[in-house]
Amino acid sequence: MIEIDNITKIYDSARAVDGVSMTIDTGTITVIVGTSGSGKTTLLRLINRLEEPTSGEVRINGQSTLDVKPHILRRRIGYAIQGHGLFPHHTVARNIGAVPQLLGWSRDKIDARVDELLDLFSMAPQDFRNRYPSELSGGQQQRVGVARALASRPDLILMDEPFGALDPIIRTRAQEDLRRIQQALGSTIILVTHDMEEAIRLGDRVAVMDGGKLVQYATPADIITHPATDFVADMVGDVERPLRLLSLTPLADVIEDGHASGTPLPPDANLRDALSACLWTGRSAVPISDHGKVIGRVTLDAIRARAEVHA
Amino acid sequence: MTAGNLLRLGLLGLLLALVLRPDWFTPLFTPLAPAGGPVIYARSSLLSLSLSHLGLVALASVAATLVAVTLAIFVTRPVGASFLPLSRTITNIGQTFPPVAVLALAVPALGFGSGPTLVALFLYGLLPIFENAITALSTLPPATMEAARGMGLNRWQRLWRVELPLALPVILTGIRLSVVIALGTATIGSTVAARTLGEVIIAGLLTNNTAYVLQGGLIVGLFAVLIYDAMAQLERYLAARMGG
Repeated sequence: MIEIDNITKIYDSARAVDGVSMTIDTGTITVIVGTSGSGKTTLLRLINRLEEPTSGEVRINGQSTLDVKPHILRRRIGYAIQGHGLFPHHTVARNIGAVPQLLGWSRDKIDARVDELLDLFSMAPQDFRNRYPSELSGGQQQRVGVARALASRPDLILMDEPFGALDPIIRTRAQEDLRRIQQALGSTIILVTHDMEEAIRLGDRVAVMDGGKLVQYATPADIITHPATDFVADMVGDVERPLRLLSLTPLADVIEDGHASGTPLPPDANLRDALSACLWTGRSAVPISDHGKVIGRVTLDAIRARAEVHA
Repeated sequence: MTAGNLLRLGLLGLLLALVLRPDWFTPLFTPLAPAGGPVIYARSSLLSLSLSHLGLVALASVAATLVAVTLAIFVTRPVGASFLPLSRTITNIGQTFPPVAVLALAVPALGFGSGPTLVALFLYGLLPIFENAITALSTLPPATMEAARGMGLNRWQRLWRVELPLALPVILTGIRLSVVIALGTATIGSTVAARTLGEVIIAGLLTNNTAYVLQGGLIVGLFAVLIYDAMAQLERYLAARMGG
């Protein structure tokens, strides 16, 4: 559990982060979202003490981060940033193994961990281990950057706009990968973004920052349906609101028996995908198929009912 | 073999022949020597003069590199930042002072011989290395530096594992310039009795013997060209490895 306790950072009388408190459960993704200058990145950097707090403290599993030397603390906290920040003069394997090496792991253990992570990110170890970052595509560099943050199995992983430099298609894939890997490893992740779409897609909980203050800290559904302030409502966007809400519900939740024609969707697709499929092909229901076997359908009426519940 | 490598091999062969087998060139140089005078410099072996010349340059360049890089590391840390203008001024003065003046001033203090030459070469070598090292250390990729700090490398680890390796190609460019300047400047050292290839050139000038001047000049020039090229190759290799 990560407890951020009334933390404040003041630069030359400007309050970059102003009395923020929040508690983050182990094994979840928390997304901090805000516009530029909202203090979201500063808040993240206060956690691994790249910035020192003016007042307040952060506790990780009960221990204050102020009790440890900053560079020792940072070795226990994974860190991935926009533009990946890989070491250009080290191979992929050395980049990923950087923190385990600092922690004094044995050669064999580091090698095994590097291969395991490359596999996890769908990069064949024998092809990628000895390459240099300049020999990778942007998406591959970003995956290595995230793998490096995960390498030592840290208590906590901080990510600052990790997908900011990727094009939209690769970004969606990277987000799905992160979700899958986080669930497989049970990691605790705090991710900063300016993109509400990304926050809703990835976050178990979303923290909205504005002018250095935490204005709302809630589940994505709550943020969409009960925005605490006009600013949060603006971030969600009036037009996108129903669609974002639909994107949170997997088809498995509203599946019903019955027949529908056309291309089926998988049960882990969401209601927005189903709505889109219905509108595009003029159907009023789509079949749901799990591993090639049709298990039911989702109707346009059911989708509408879900979107209207909160009206 | 590429044309470039062929040229390199040719120049290296020519240099070795000039230094080790100067007699081979007697027919070539005879028209340039005064009638009846000596054609090939024989007062001391060209090999030992070359080694002494290169040794002086190497010693001065190593010292200049150590001092300039250490200074550059210091002034690019937060503690040393306020010394940046001062250290720039000092290294600039080193460069502005004519080498002959340095020699003249150093002789009373250090006596005749290699001492004054070493001082002059050292002072002359500082500036290019220092300026390049400062540029390299202050323009490192910010995301990489941020990641290095964020993953828990301490100051020393960041310096040794990240900053210096990444700055190396640009620092090497400075060292290369400095070495080439020193190779030329060292010839003047012979005026204060340092054993360098300048001896051959000066002997030629004193006795109106163009053959001597040409021998000395050619050897120094070939050393400069070949060393410059070798270091440039090394930089290119390192820069390529760092994705530059």
